[in-house]
Amino acid sequence: MEKILSKPQSLKDTVLSYCPGCGHGVIHRLVAECIDELGVREKTIAVAPVGCAVFAYDYFNFDVTEAPHGRPPAVATGIKRTNPDKFVFTYQGDGDIAAIGMAETIHAANRGENISIIFVNNANYGMTGGQMAPTTLIGQVTETTPFGKDAKREGYPIKLCELLSTLEGTTYLERVAIHNPQNIIKAKAAIKKAFQYQIDGKGFSLVEVISNCPVNWRMTPLNSVKWIEETFIKFFPLGLVKDNVEI
Amino acid sequence: MPTIKINSEKCKGCGLCIKACPKQCVAFSKQFNKAGYHWAVLEKEDTCIGCGFCYMACPDICIEVYR
Amino acid sequence: MKKLTKGNVALCEGAIAAGLKSYFGYPITPQNEIPAYLSRKMVELGRVFIQAESEIAAANMVLGAAVTGVRAMTSSSSPGISLKQEAISYMAGMEVPAIIVNVQRGGPGLGNISGSQSDYFQAVKGGGHGDYKIIVVSPNSAQEMYETAYDAFDLAEKYRIPVMILADGITGQMMEPVDFNKPERKDFIKQDWVLDGAKNREPRSIKSLLMGEGALEQHNIKLQQKYNNIIENEVKYELYTIEDADVILIAHGISSRIAKSAVKLARKNGVKAGLLRPKTLWPFPSKIVNSIAKSSLNFLVVELNHGQMIEDVKLAVNGRSNVEFLGKAGGGLVTEQEILEKIKHIIVG
Repeated sequence: MEKILSKPQSLKDTVLSYCPGCGHGVIHRLVAECIDELGVREKTIAVAPVGCAVFAYDYFNFDVTEAPHGRPPAVATGIKRTNPDKFVFTYQGDGDIAAIGMAETIHAANRGENISIIFVNNANYGMTGGQMAPTTLIGQVTETTPFGKDAKREGYPIKLCELLSTLEGTTYLERVAIHNPQNIIKAKAAIKKAFQYQIDGKGFSLVEVISNCPVNWRMTPLNSVKWIEETFIKFFPLGLVKDNVEI
Repeated sequence: MPTIKINSEKCKGCGLCIKACPKQCVAFSKQFNKAGYHWAVLEKEDTCIGCGFCYMACPDICIEVYR
Repeated sequence: MKKLTKGNVALCEGAIAAGLKSYFGYPITPQNEIPAYLSRKMVELGRVFIQAESEIAAANMVLGAAVTGVRAMTSSSSPGISLKQEAISYMAGMEVPAIIVNVQRGGPGLGNISGSQSDYFQAVKGGGHGDYKIIVVSPNSAQEMYETAYDAFDLAEKYRIPVMILADGITGQMMEPVDFNKPERKDFIKQDWVLDGAKNREPRSIKSLLMGEGALEQHNIKLQQKYNNIIENEVKYELYTIEDADVILIAHGISSRIAKSAVKLARKNGVKAGLLRPKTLWPFPSKIVNSIAKSSLNFLVVELNHGQMIEDVKLAVNGRSNVEFLGKAGGGLVTEQEILEKIKHIIVG
């Protein structure tokens, strides 16, 4: 009998600090599997965010640098421009990429930096205890929207892929989800495509991964994946937003 | 015969593998692990087809699949 | 052969000769010659130039380049330097070598575009959050803009620390003859801490987040040891006719040029004056100031602000000399004549 599926080499053998059922672990694994399959582990320099994935360097089995909150696209720009032969990706949450770091995100995209961004959208600030994020849905209750997010007061959820699609510098933008194995397979394919585009020098790619945050959503893991299916992806439609290579 | 191995100490008992299994052959153990979770176990060993859905759904990467 | 050059351009040439591989900037007066000059020169040399979307992004691009061991620099002027403090604090914590140039302008707020020395506190007392120091050097001529930029990278890498070149609008804008006498640096030893891909080695991470029990405390102790090491070894200053002086002027950067003229003028007027000019503002030349302090001696601190470096002078003097101040902020320069009047006033009482 042969072992056909197990922890990829690009992940360290350690217990993840994430809450039970949290989507970060699945997304970490997908990233690590793609890096293994593309054979770029030894030339990877990743940029970890501020947020729940701040400890990414404890889990990924390749070089990782820290970046201030929201700045990974600028840090990745500095790494990639000076080291074009290295494989550079950022791993960022919704607050990091679409609130405090929106300027860095838009301008790295607009310059068409040859980097990959893995954007984990779980509709709240997880690390700090579940505050409103720029992707929090209308009506969603968080630590800082106790009466539900009100568009008149807090504005609307930002659809980052669609926003970036208007920029000529972007190459590939896709929104995927990880609430069941079928979607996890699609998510992996999208991440792998983004990574391959970087290897081929095709430019800026971003994969938005709709993920769950059971503890801060005050749900069981099972209810959280159900909420993705029934509510979350109704507002954030899954699928390809832009692909300049395979039109 | 296809099978899976679940690392009982890494498992946080989220149950996503149980939901993902198309053959309903994974269940929670009756015991607790050191972290205090009912970890997942392969209950019906004969039914496992080694499809890997549990591995895919597991956020703690504590499942290995053999075929 | 010397060439008439603007201070800002001389600085660029020093950095290029030192092997600057990447520059990340953003427009702000009075440092605009730096990004403008490098936008052409770096591209011609096949090196990296990016005009970033903000000072914040520029400083973080420097951070990114620097974690890979590449020589990286950003420049700005006072309001822009405030925005860079986030990345500077991170780089101090992550122990990343990088060069930050501040061609100071008048403040607070948007202030104006005239030369100033009002960012002394921000530069030497931390600037960003956390208990950290960066090396701060103060050039006072176009020649020194060239030389400090050339030397700054080795200093930054030796200690894995950000180095700030604290210039001012006058030194940046002034044209002076510069001797471009430094050899082009080409061969660099690969450091054993840089991120260059985990090939045939364990993965590395560079971070300032230390959540383990006691880890941050240990890290801070290590940083303080490094800072003490820098204080022991890297203090630089210039002395001018201090041996018999009754009044010693202490001034840095452009103020030290005026102060030196004032010392000469004072001696012509029969007053024994001298000059102590810190070339490094952190580490501050406290030892030399302390060693010459005595009750019969007066210090006169001259700055283009309302009294910042004077606090470090007073700490060093520790009450053993009279310490006076002369300064202006917001545009005007202190003149030789004003300094002479102040010196006379101190002597006569």
